[in-house]
Amino acid sequence: MKKHLFSISFILLFITSCTKDDALFLDRPPSSILTQEQVFSDPSVALSVLADLYNRYEDFARLDDWATVARFNIAFWSEAGRYPEFQNGGWGFGAWGIWDYGYIREINLFLERCEAATELTDAVKSRFLAEARFLRASYYFELVKRMGGVPLILEAQEYDFSGDASYLQQPRETEAAIYDFVISEAEAIKDLLPADAGSKSRATKGAALAMESRAALYAASIAKYGQNTPQVSLPGNEVGIPASRADEYYTTALNAAQSIINGDAGAYGLYNKKPDLSENFEALFYDKANNPEAIFVEDYQVGGGKVHYFTGWNQPRFGAEEEEGGRINPSLQFVQSFELLDGTYAPLPNQEGGSPIYYDNIDDIFEGRDARLAATVILPGSSFKSKPVDIWAGVVLEDGSIVTGDSRGQEKTLPGASQQVQVVGFDGPIDGLEFTAQSGFYIRKYQDPTVGSGRRGTQSDVWFIRYRYAEVLLNAAEAAFELGQADLAADYLNQVRARAGITTALTGADVDFDRIYHERYVELAFEGLHFFDLKRWRLAHIILDGNPISESEVTQDIGVATKRETQPYSIWPYKYHNPGDPNDGKWLYKILRLSRVTGADRFQLGNYYSEISQNVLNNNPRLVRNPNQ
Amino acid sequence: MKAQIYILLFGALLLASACELDNFQEPDAFFTGHIVYQGEPIPVARNQVWFELWQPGFGLSAPIDVAIAQDGSYSSRLFSGQYQLAFLPGEGPFRAPTDTIFLDLNGDEIMELEVTPYYMIRTPQFSHSGGTVSASCSLDQIITGDEAREVERVTLIINRTQFVDANSGGEGSLAQSNAADISDLSRISLSVDIPEDAKKPDQGYYFARIGVKIAGVEDMIYTQVEKVSL
Repeated sequence: MKKHLFSISFILLFITSCTKDDALFLDRPPSSILTQEQVFSDPSVALSVLADLYNRYEDFARLDDWATVARFNIAFWSEAGRYPEFQNGGWGFGAWGIWDYGYIREINLFLERCEAATELTDAVKSRFLAEARFLRASYYFELVKRMGGVPLILEAQEYDFSGDASYLQQPRETEAAIYDFVISEAEAIKDLLPADAGSKSRATKGAALAMESRAALYAASIAKYGQNTPQVSLPGNEVGIPASRADEYYTTALNAAQSIINGDAGAYGLYNKKPDLSENFEALFYDKANNPEAIFVEDYQVGGGKVHYFTGWNQPRFGAEEEEGGRINPSLQFVQSFELLDGTYAPLPNQEGGSPIYYDNIDDIFEGRDARLAATVILPGSSFKSKPVDIWAGVVLEDGSIVTGDSRGQEKTLPGASQQVQVVGFDGPIDGLEFTAQSGFYIRKYQDPTVGSGRRGTQSDVWFIRYRYAEVLLNAAEAAFELGQADLAADYLNQVRARAGITTALTGADVDFDRIYHERYVELAFEGLHFFDLKRWRLAHIILDGNPISESEVTQDIGVATKRETQPYSIWPYKYHNPGDPNDGKWLYKILRLSRVTGADRFQLGNYYSEISQNVLNNNPRLVRNPNQ
Repeated sequence: MKAQIYILLFGALLLASACELDNFQEPDAFFTGHIVYQGEPIPVARNQVWFELWQPGFGLSAPIDVAIAQDGSYSSRLFSGQYQLAFLPGEGPFRAPTDTIFLDLNGDEIMELEVTPYYMIRTPQFSHSGGTVSASCSLDQIITGDEAREVERVTLIINRTQFVDANSGGEGSLAQSNAADISDLSRISLSVDIPEDAKKPDQGYYFARIGVKIAGVEDMIYTQVEKVSL
């Protein structure tokens, strides 16, 4: 009986205890998940959803991936694991491809849910909606640049579980249709967004107009220059824009750029805060306080959980804050393409009639050039974070032989001397030794002068500028030039060139295609734009033709758009040692190609538009493949 | 003892039977041949010119890329079946047949694909003296009239291995040099210096070929690779 009593009471316990508290105990709201209504009833929570969408913005060049800013032989990559990039012959057809329709779907979902929200005020809602549309248009712009025309999905598609998904499969739009979409979205949202030049990391009217001007310019040049490569097109115009539309797009690009220039979008202008022009151009990229030039940026914050290591990867190796640095080494071709202050081109004068030119100071050879040179590149004899760099390759003796070392700052005994002296700089250059300035240069643009920026534990919060005022000016100049308004083009170019310290103003008659090309090349280098310039002008297969560059060729044709860019070259400073000679202790320069540069890049016609992966094609048989693949 | 026999028997059964179920039939047909002009193979750069084979009738349709080798030959191991052969527009230094070619593969098949090149390189001659490889050739323009295209450059390429072409970097080209004068296509002479590289062992021979770049055409046409003894 005792046993039964125990069992019965146990059963009773079971039956009673649960029924009563059921509703209270088990039916609790989850504390880790927010429902849709909760998200879209509070502006700050909705903003955090939008922030995630901002964070997934697609950039071709990123400061948190250093190599992406310095592609296409504008620089040598001084990292042993990256040398193969200079030893192969080109790129696969799939390179640079993107196809993230998951991102587009999430933007579409955000748009639909935000539209349906009832708790948000109209002002907040309309700004959020406009921002999401800006992000969606930006991603379509990125898609069309890389893939050509793509399916245009403007709603969050739902699968009905019927077993047949074919109604979800959309064909590719024409390339022009995607550009038209980007332009029309920019037009539609520009007045919904704030015209506030102080807001940099969120979409503004300025950002929408800058995107419009860039997109229209790209579309226009594809229409015009696409005729040079008739093979790069598809019969359905998924790739290729009819030449007849060029003028229309150029006009759109010019108008959008002029809206910004006229101040319709807020007080934007060229950054001109510092009297020293090189310092000024350098500060443009790291000065985040009241910077009138930046229009739309990817922002970072030290201590805020979002930092990048660009400075750590690229800081001068000598005196670096970590045992690394020096990765991006701008090429000789890039350095010599900066004009003299009077606006003429000249190679770096390193020899005259076969004999070397001797310089008193190591940096004299770079004197009198475009102020952007010293701001974009760390030259021998300059300094970073007030520490001088030590870039020199060795000692040249009287008979022309070279004494050098194979470790940084190595010391050796020179002939006729008894004591060891340093025979190579602490920054190299040493052929094949990673992190030294193997081209003779380091990059300066986007390097952060703050203490700690090169430490892994701190890192840098310099922002990445996606759109800036100088590009808008150059867009306007190019569009004006193509529309036959050369004087106007010269006016815009001169604004950019005056800031670089170039004393001779261009006239309308001076402006030609090579000028436009050159100005964008030097002004916008290492900003992820050069590649798309090469593509839209259909120049990539000409300057990346797979042929090696000879030493005599490398200093020719400076400023010519079709100059070969298949390999980076170097120029190394040497100290002349010949006691008693008037040139003793002076500097001379030698041009060379690094032993690690064995390949020559070849851009195939099939590279103009990235391959759509077979997986995507399998899922959607209505897609056509890109040309030449 | 008995148990052992059973184990052996069981093992033998397993070996004999298990594989049959999940074994696929292997591809059984070699599809080989050359791209030719009037019976003469057209040499091109390795792995840079190809055509596509499509096999209809299956769920997903993806092309089988067949690359053309340096000597103009190709070879592909396939399942017997029906295929469609197509050249991509603009592929190769020639005008390819624009019509799709239907193939019914049943066992090995040899097919010479007739194409019309813009130019043919005739009578190539290679020689060597004093660290310089010299060559001469003449060009025979095949496509004339409206679709004729200019010669952009004529290049002599040498390499240490038998893989020689102008566009695959150090893999295909040790050194190359363009003809200085291509005004007379019936007599073109070229020469290229053999670069000295102390890090590589001496060898008594090099491989050379001449390539012609035609304006507006991506792929170059070549001569056959020639071994030049020093």
